[in-house]
Amino acid sequence: MSLSRHTMTPLGARLLVGLGAVLMILPFYVMFVFATHSRTEIFAVPPPLWFGNDLLANFAILTERIPFWRNLGWSLYVALISTALTLLFCSMGGYAFAMFEFRFKKPLFGLVLGTMLLPSFMSMIPSFMIMDLLGWIDQPRALYLPGAASAFGIFLMRQYVSSAVPRELIEAARMDGCSEMGIYARIVLPLLKPALGTLGLIAFIGSWNNFVGPLIVMRTPENFTLPLALRLLQNPVDTEWGALIAGAAIATVPLIALFALASRQLIAGLTAGAVK
Amino acid sequence: MKRVLITPASAPYWLLSPFLILFAVFGLFPLLFSLVLAFSRWEPTSGLGAMEWVGIGNFVFALQDEWFWKSLFNTLWLGVASALPQHLVAIPLACALNGMLQRSRNLLVGVYFMPYITSTVAIAILFSSLFSTDYGLINAAIGALRELPLLSAILPASAIDWLNDPDRLKPAIATVVFWRFVGFNAVLYLAALQTIPRDLYEAATMDGASRWQQFRYITLPGLRAMMLFGITLSIIGSLQLFEEPFILTNGRGGNDQAGMTSAVYLYRLAFDFNDFGAASAMSWLLFALLAMATVATHRAFGEGRKL
Repeated sequence: MSLSRHTMTPLGARLLVGLGAVLMILPFYVMFVFATHSRTEIFAVPPPLWFGNDLLANFAILTERIPFWRNLGWSLYVALISTALTLLFCSMGGYAFAMFEFRFKKPLFGLVLGTMLLPSFMSMIPSFMIMDLLGWIDQPRALYLPGAASAFGIFLMRQYVSSAVPRELIEAARMDGCSEMGIYARIVLPLLKPALGTLGLIAFIGSWNNFVGPLIVMRTPENFTLPLALRLLQNPVDTEWGALIAGAAIATVPLIALFALASRQLIAGLTAGAVK
Repeated sequence: MKRVLITPASAPYWLLSPFLILFAVFGLFPLLFSLVLAFSRWEPTSGLGAMEWVGIGNFVFALQDEWFWKSLFNTLWLGVASALPQHLVAIPLACALNGMLQRSRNLLVGVYFMPYITSTVAIAILFSSLFSTDYGLINAAIGALRELPLLSAILPASAIDWLNDPDRLKPAIATVVFWRFVGFNAVLYLAALQTIPRDLYEAATMDGASRWQQFRYITLPGLRAMMLFGITLSIIGSLQLFEEPFILTNGRGGNDQAGMTSAVYLYRLAFDFNDFGAASAMSWLLFALLAMATVATHRAFGEGRKL
């Protein structure tokens, strides 16, 4: 793309934007540097600005203070199941909303979208009560099943089906005697691959970062997801800062890796509600 | 012949049922439940049978509760102090990014957007070390800047107790929130900028309009719809601020409850003090406030008002 001389950002503004970008990155850099230092080194004057040798020692404290491997595995397990269910249910529902006519379609879709505007604190307390009622406190399904009812996922899938799946193709398959579920599985689903990729990333990241959900329903440290487990290390009197920040860094690595792989797809997906 | 189980007429119901069942159980039912709860008294240890209807008692309690108002004040303070700068920075930032070559633009957009996808807890943990009084990196940086001749006069002479001093805690939280969302907003504005026809700028240049005039009369009106959307998102997001203040204050709200947002107070009221009914009543009061704020925003940016 070429930019005319006039619309080109002036050099001063470009330098300012670059400086801002350094400030955005700096906390990540500091997190990874601190993860390799002991508690005393982190709070030394001047503070460390380059990587140290205490990553393994921090890791040892981490695995000693919290059931780290289980927490990490639990985070991964919940995130993967939550992602798979979200993809399945939202692609089915989005296809139904985009391609079929049925009673109450419009008000139902409006209702689903309306809940996207509701703040999360509205469901914090009743969610706990429902999980309590169902006997799901401390169960991982209390985390991945509510996550799979993603209004945003339905919205994203409906938009994508409308633009990417030709009605004629569905009609033709129906003529040829393909069953309704066959049409969904063999024709619609493969066409949805790009959108499934985007929604999958968003669902995984959402579940991985979820803090309030586990905070409310999980009870035993063995069943904590990683963000929740890290809080156990946070202690007003005697915080193992090196280990704590190492844990935070480990919780951040998968996100940075996913973002590096698919930042444009992710940004497009996460802002899909806004950008028409 | 194969028996047809799912006809084209029934297919949408089959396709939608898994989502709708989950949505009903975990999306809608909790809301109705919460409404009933707002008019009830309930002890979580004594089972559902012990739920007792108390009418508007919880709402009366909420409106008379000093902490409710304090947490609301904190929430609004943090909302304004983090959201306003977010938008004031995001708009020029988006304009600057828009005028860059694609390669550097994509890289910078990625960098600015990254905090938005990161675990809030991980980041809040990191920032609680950065804000540490005696040796935290932020106070160390301020200390270093103080050595410079011009800045020594305006910077505070001693280390700032960011997380314990009630007057410093809110700016610290607002900083973290600003850092997390400024890039997201810039991406929204960048998308809106790209829908403004380039011809408009070319015509304006021909007519001798200055850069400022072009920004004032082409860019800002072109961004109006996105400003409405972005500010609405900020209002919704600000009113549910939870993780940053929760982690930065060790789950307690900070000294003098200076960092206790409404969402943190709701959590504490329900799970630390077991008053589920009052917490539910407060959540509906906050929701009413949020709805009013959203309508007011739409009025302010809606028809008849020029930016």
